[in-house]
Amino acid sequence: MKRRGILLLGAILLLLPLLLPNAFYYDLAVRMAINAVVVLGLNLLIGFAGQISLGHAGFYGIGAYASAILPTQFGWHPLAALAAGAVAAAALAALVAKPIFRLRGHYLAMATLGLGIVITIVLKNEAAYTGGPDGMTVPPLVLFGFELSGEKQWYWVFAANLMFSVWACSNLMDSPFGRALRALHGSEVASQGAGVDVARYKMAIFVFSAFFASIMGSLAAHYIGFVTPNVADFSHSIELVTMVVVGGMASVLGSVVGAVLLTALPQALATFEGWETVAFGVILVLFMVVLPRGLVPTLAARFARR
Amino acid sequence: MSSQFLQFLISGLTVGATYALAALGFTLIYSASNVINFAQGEFIMLGGMLTVYFTHAGLPLPVAVALAIAVPALVGMLVEKLAIEPAKGAEVVSLIIITIGASLVIRGVIQIWLGKGTFTFEPFTSGAPIVVGGAVLQWQCLWVLGVTAAIVVALWFFFRHTLAGKAILATSCNPVAAQLVGIDTKWVLLVSFALSAAMGAVGGILLTPLTMTSYDVGIMLGLKGFVAAVVGGLGSGLGALAGGLLVGIVEAMAAGYISSAYKDAVPFLLIFVILFFMPRGLFGAKVTERV
Amino acid sequence: MALLEVQELSKAFGGVMAVQAVSFSVDAGIVYSIIGPNGAGKTTLFNLITGVYAPCSGEIRLDGCTISGQAPHRLARKGIARTFQNLQICMNMTARENVMVGAHLALDSNLLKGMLRWPSLRRADAAQAAEAAALMQYVGLDAYIDSAAGAMPYGALKRLEIARALAARPRVVFLDEPAAGLNPKETGEIDMLVKKIADSGVTVVLVEHDMKMVMNISDRILVLDYGKKVAEGTAREVRSNPDVIAAYLGKAA
Repeated sequence: MKRRGILLLGAILLLLPLLLPNAFYYDLAVRMAINAVVVLGLNLLIGFAGQISLGHAGFYGIGAYASAILPTQFGWHPLAALAAGAVAAAALAALVAKPIFRLRGHYLAMATLGLGIVITIVLKNEAAYTGGPDGMTVPPLVLFGFELSGEKQWYWVFAANLMFSVWACSNLMDSPFGRALRALHGSEVASQGAGVDVARYKMAIFVFSAFFASIMGSLAAHYIGFVTPNVADFSHSIELVTMVVVGGMASVLGSVVGAVLLTALPQALATFEGWETVAFGVILVLFMVVLPRGLVPTLAARFARR
Repeated sequence: MSSQFLQFLISGLTVGATYALAALGFTLIYSASNVINFAQGEFIMLGGMLTVYFTHAGLPLPVAVALAIAVPALVGMLVEKLAIEPAKGAEVVSLIIITIGASLVIRGVIQIWLGKGTFTFEPFTSGAPIVVGGAVLQWQCLWVLGVTAAIVVALWFFFRHTLAGKAILATSCNPVAAQLVGIDTKWVLLVSFALSAAMGAVGGILLTPLTMTSYDVGIMLGLKGFVAAVVGGLGSGLGALAGGLLVGIVEAMAAGYISSAYKDAVPFLLIFVILFFMPRGLFGAKVTERV
Repeated sequence: MALLEVQELSKAFGGVMAVQAVSFSVDAGIVYSIIGPNGAGKTTLFNLITGVYAPCSGEIRLDGCTISGQAPHRLARKGIARTFQNLQICMNMTARENVMVGAHLALDSNLLKGMLRWPSLRRADAAQAAEAAALMQYVGLDAYIDSAAGAMPYGALKRLEIARALAARPRVVFLDEPAAGLNPKETGEIDMLVKKIADSGVTVVLVEHDMKMVMNISDRILVLDYGKKVAEGTAREVRSNPDVIAAYLGKAA
């Protein structure tokens, strides 16, 4: 069923441009695709490995600002900046992973949350580099001498990115690495006994999802053309977690569904600021109470029973 | 002692008392149910914002304050009934997300209802501030510290010497055993939420004349209160108090002597330090997992 | 030289001496049982040997190499596998996947190769899946080969844990109360399974309460009480040992 879902996704992505009437909808589709990939990476950590990260947007922010600062202030090529951001995010994740993952539950949540907040504060304060709370512009991305601009061009970049990510993550979860990760979630002590170095795996998946998030942050920054410290803040981290929860923890397609639905929601509520917050809150509570496994796994189970 | 140091100490203790009240709220709910209530910060915000609303509506300050404590207590009970109880037995991750959802709802509603402005009201007692050793001590600071101390003593008395308090403690030690001796654990949970919300609200009310309030102060205050609870050791009342004061003082000292721009980062850096070197916090209990 | 040697092993939790200066050795290929009243320290002893706890003092040697205090995932490499008193099945996976996890060390768990569906990795994985099915048949779980772990009854899950332990092709397998919670018929089946495992050359160390089973299949028995060794020997020796009787039934008045 997963294979069919992935093919369906590919078909949708290919045919969607025929339906999109104007730039606004292209932009919406692009944002959905961006979020879907970030959420995929986060879901590996939260859903599959059973850990928690309330500061994931911090890594996204690192990528975004690397792509803003390094080309603008130091003359780096955008691709080099993207790579540097990803490496920096991965390095930070590796650095804090060992001490952080000795913690469980609330302590782990707290530590990841603190990480995200510290990153946001640094971005807000170091105005000389980052432009402070008002943010800064990001130069366009140049791929092999070709400057990417406009929603239509970016659409194909992000669509390809999404397809690859979905395929890769799906493979990963079926592989020995993925199995070990899921076993870790199921029973740490049993997987230890089977030879899984639990601490190393937790670090590996944390670093991996941080790397993913940073790359997407960089790409998104180039697409939007502008970054503010908000991209790294607690609210953004919570939005990402909401997408994981709604779409389905430990579900590859669920990550896509969650991202699509919850990227569209703020658009629908665009004029009702406070309502957006309330809506997110209600959705979070409702889903965790009524549909704790998320949309896709619950629906899949329903269909399987028929 | 330099007057500057004293000044930082005073502001640290004052805001630390608010953190301590928040931390006590966290610890109380955690003890009774193993849930970390990420919405605790919003109760602090409600205290301040509701007092503003009621005083602007013409009510005398004491009445406004009383309402601003009662309403959050009610909201706390609603959160428990509508969000926590239905999710009994869910994974830790789920419960954390649920309370975050509840906090979003509360914050969003206030944002819609009262707007995004910053507000304040008159301090409880007017008068020129006292000067101690070259440092300025506002009367409101005394209120904060005094009321917090009174609450801590009242709580101690409540848990040690009243049946209701002992019932709550019993539930936190062993819910099943508590039920077997006739304690209504649902009621205990409800009361814990109401009590923590009320304490948080009191903290928010006391602090508002000093720092002003707005719809989004709850996030940081709550998070720092949580840091305080963890620093002191989750599940320990004494720890919550010590943690709150410690976080407040360290934050104020760092802001004063090092950099005020990074003031907000300090509690979170502190928590990294604590979690890595003393994972159970200052006064937390050691736990071993049975395999 | 014995396969497993334990010398003067001790472990305290706070003020409680869970295991006190216990020494014994297990020869290769036998079934070695550890018995004793509840709270005697049997599971703690297991946890010490399999690396879940670090000993306070004493030494554990496997094939002459010291292994005391090493982490469980390292010990898995040395050929140690175990089951758990409180079932530790990954309910979020299928039965077969649970067994395949047992063979984790035999597979290439490279992240990149996994992501890119490396052909050699997929072939090895498919072979492992077939092996897991075979193992499930070996322990009598033919009916559940394609089940989700969450859909299986308690007795089946106990066997699944054994299958998972065997998937690692261990030299020594530690079974912690494999018959706990099972009815007499199921216990008899476990009894035969343990014999089958021992006959295949794997050393079995067993903690069990069911005396009939223990007396039936054990080559040697260790008796613990209050964390201390009370007796050690063959089934007959242990059965008639007055200290053992006293530990279980109390001294005659």
